[in-house]
Amino acid sequence: MSDVIEKVSIIISKGSLEGIYPGLIMANGARMEGIEANVFFTFFGLDAINKAKHEHVKVATVGNPGLHLATWAGGVPGMSALVTHQLAREMEKLDIPPIPEFVEMIADSGAGLYACKASVDLFKLSPEDFIPQAQEIITVGEFYGKAAGGQIIFT
Amino acid sequence: MSTVMLAGSTVDVDPEGFLEHPEQWSEPIAEEIARTNGIQSLTERHWQVVNFMRTTYLESGSAPSIRSLGKTSGVPIKELYELFPKGPAKLAAKIGGIPKPRGCI
Repeated sequence: MSDVIEKVSIIISKGSLEGIYPGLIMANGARMEGIEANVFFTFFGLDAINKAKHEHVKVATVGNPGLHLATWAGGVPGMSALVTHQLAREMEKLDIPPIPEFVEMIADSGAGLYACKASVDLFKLSPEDFIPQAQEIITVGEFYGKAAGGQIIFT
Repeated sequence: MSTVMLAGSTVDVDPEGFLEHPEQWSEPIAEEIARTNGIQSLTERHWQVVNFMRTTYLESGSAPSIRSLGKTSGVPIKELYELFPKGPAKLAAKIGGIPKPRGCI
């Protein structure tokens, strides 16, 4: 394998804000360096490309020790929305786009965006549920085909 | 830091070939950096991006992110990647004679 990374295929499998952003940042960062990139959305990670849900992705405030929030407080109604709102404001200051805009940016950068067939079947979704840039639904085998010759990153 | 000869002038560059001193830059230098990075000739659209990067850096002290480049340079993101396939922000900064952008976005 060459010393230089020329291609990456990133799997986004989680549906929380902190589960989705790292993969998007890695994909966008790859394209910024001229590295070929694919993003494969699976399981709850599909929310990032789901037209009805991608604007409503939230930080998990329960069972998330990284927040250093008392467990009971994490479950208070509205806590997740509040923390998400605060984080979104901080991200905007750093010029990190909201998820829908970020996914569109990555698509425009020439990265391939794909939905996982098993998850689409499981959640009874169809291509129309997804944003126009990510309506190709592929199997795991097809994903490996697209990832051939590059690195695979699971998030 | 090392010194190289670009378009007949001596300039200081970092290990990746970014100019250390933006004031040493000139348009012929930009053309030569572009050629060595796979862009045979700079079109008007290339210049629009390069000049925007350079002006923003000289005015604000930092290069714009790819997001603001797409929003405010007048060249949308899709076209940015067509113009600079090896990375628009990085390459436009290099051609524009400003330091490599350090942002992750």
